[in-house]
Amino acid sequence: MCHCGINIGGVVNVPEVVEYAKTLPNVVWTEGNLYTCSEAGLSSIRDSIKKHGLNRVIVASCTPRTHEPLFRATCEEAGLNKYLFEMANIREQCSWVHSHEPEEATAKAKGIVRMAVARARWLEPQDEPEVDVSDSAMVIGGGVSGLTAAVTLANQGFKVHLVEKEPQLGGITRRLGKIYPTLQDSSEIIDPLIKTTTSNENIQVYTSATLKDVSGYVGNFKVTLKKGTEDMKLDVGTIVLASGALNYEPPKGSFQYGVLGGVVTQLQLEEMLARGEVAEPERVLMIQCVGSRTGEVWTYELSDMSQSFAARLLSKILGVKKEEGWPYCSKICCMNAIKNAIRIKELWPKAHVDILFSDLRTYKEYEDFYRKARALEVKFIRYIREIPPEITEAPNKKLNVTAYDTLAGVETEFLCDLVVLSTPLCPSKEDVMLARMLKVPLGPDGFFMEAHPKLRPVDCQSDGIFIAGTACGPKDIPESIISAKAAAARASILMANRKLRTEALTADVNTDLCIGCGLCEELCPYGAHKIQNGKSTTIAALCRGCGVCAADCPRHAITMRHYSDRQILAQVEAMMA
Amino acid sequence: MSEIDTVESTVDTEKAKRVNFDPRILVFTCNWCSYAGADLAGTSRLQYPPNARIIRTMCSGRIDPVFVLEALRDGADGVIVTGCHPGDCHYVKGNFRAEKRFHFLKMALKQLGVEEDRVRLAWISAGEGEKFSLLVRDMTDKVRELGPNQLKSSTIRSTSEVRS
Repeated sequence: MCHCGINIGGVVNVPEVVEYAKTLPNVVWTEGNLYTCSEAGLSSIRDSIKKHGLNRVIVASCTPRTHEPLFRATCEEAGLNKYLFEMANIREQCSWVHSHEPEEATAKAKGIVRMAVARARWLEPQDEPEVDVSDSAMVIGGGVSGLTAAVTLANQGFKVHLVEKEPQLGGITRRLGKIYPTLQDSSEIIDPLIKTTTSNENIQVYTSATLKDVSGYVGNFKVTLKKGTEDMKLDVGTIVLASGALNYEPPKGSFQYGVLGGVVTQLQLEEMLARGEVAEPERVLMIQCVGSRTGEVWTYELSDMSQSFAARLLSKILGVKKEEGWPYCSKICCMNAIKNAIRIKELWPKAHVDILFSDLRTYKEYEDFYRKARALEVKFIRYIREIPPEITEAPNKKLNVTAYDTLAGVETEFLCDLVVLSTPLCPSKEDVMLARMLKVPLGPDGFFMEAHPKLRPVDCQSDGIFIAGTACGPKDIPESIISAKAAAARASILMANRKLRTEALTADVNTDLCIGCGLCEELCPYGAHKIQNGKSTTIAALCRGCGVCAADCPRHAITMRHYSDRQILAQVEAMMA
Repeated sequence: MSEIDTVESTVDTEKAKRVNFDPRILVFTCNWCSYAGADLAGTSRLQYPPNARIIRTMCSGRIDPVFVLEALRDGADGVIVTGCHPGDCHYVKGNFRAEKRFHFLKMALKQLGVEEDRVRLAWISAGEGEKFSLLVRDMTDKVRELGPNQLKSSTIRSTSEVRS
């Protein structure tokens, strides 16, 4: 039993649950640890297995989704088959959700432990089947993250298929003029990367290509690509998802965007500067947090219940009216605005640049970048979101902006040539389709969700798929490159081994009970059941362990390894005990 | 009222409700979406009544209606089967199968005279921690209104007895 510091111990009376566990049938040894996942806790598991001859081990702590592999490995080190380990989740599903009810939480923890013990009694050792892993990878997206991941994998000798839906590689990075904080041309970064990618003989690039279908599983994904009218089939072992993000465009009329000519987004300004379309301005005004940190979440198809929690909270507390946009901070816009302000100042030292911000977040070394802008006399003026700046047309193609300056406490007018909106990176609508195809979840903001935000930041919940770059949230270029290299490294672990042990969660047919009705064959989504000589047989290599067959078998002839009827019913029974 | 007061008074009202009847709710979750959604409710510290116990299976398609019947027979006051949203199933279409069986389960329960609100099917994604907590809260309230499950005292033989 783990206290997890105060995470569990602060709510659940752990010593009481330890004492309770001693009274459960078959329990011969119990112990409370401050942190069971610490080396002390783990060595105690190993020692107890040997000392007390344990043949089942249960850890009551956090979620198996993060810590089960660690505890299973510990059991294996002590010679216990890892399928004889069971976990009771008393943190995420108990102490953290009943923080104000210590007594009820303690009673619930006892119940959860009792259920785990009941299940553990029926656990059986399992052998894990070994599958071959194809040593080729598919990278989805040809932006800076996708290119980096592709090159990293190819340099390790793996065959890489790089799929990009646009006709050109480079993603958003290619559209940026300069990059912060070095103010070098983005082409200095992206062009060599594109060249290395296209000249690498291990990388096959497919531009103007989209995914049509993905089936299979880790080590053996079967991918269908669509390029023009042509379909192509690929067999890959791993997938790196680097589909990137979009630059949010405000709806027409918001801050006069799309209505008045001089109102543009930062990305549009960069493209205009790169093409030399900007005449020397007298004054440029930038507005931060346009379409980000808003009170409303823009959802696609996901249920509105989960999406709008932060939004509803905000509107309740702050009374923020409904705004179009995204609830999160996009992290890069502050530095991006400062970068463009410095560029304008360097191009035209006489031009005035004002930045209207609600909160400025220039973390790490970007504080120096902010100071540099201040030294160049870029003015930072704080506005509040409840009183957004108003933009009207002025003579000579100028724009008149009225904003409430919170420092001076007065409304100030600005006569500007350009109004630049700092808009966030946001997920694209295609992500929903992509998520369905790959069977990976989207998070509350609509970005792809990592398996664990801290412990597994580039893994997807589905094995063999890894996330790089802005597909899982706003990132700047260095962060995108870091995550791309991390994703490539994670993918290469699988491919370098060439073999993979898959979880032994397959179906097992009792031929004495089977009447050969063929329902399992009909229902199995993977074709893992075949009727031979009037009886069903399982092809273990194809079985993914969903258990549809076992639940539907009219004769209860199919047992799911590690999720058998007995194990589940024992839990049901123990819940009520 | 401060935020802490609000929380405490909510807890008090909840406790008052429990004096009469404290329902026992069983939630089946699939490993990939809804169990992760339940975990997210935890990491987001979204509080819900402590009446629910969770059993994890790999897929909602694993849920044999017998498990639900068995739970009701053993004395559960409500059972929720949760899975990935339609189209999001990790195993392609296991949740569709779960849904199909669920309709038959409801028919069987009707025959047994069990109120149909005692069982519920819900789709919870890994990102829907709030939906999970609201679901448990709502189910607890609904089942509390229904009162204790009467099937418990009936004489239906356990399926495990039948099978062994």
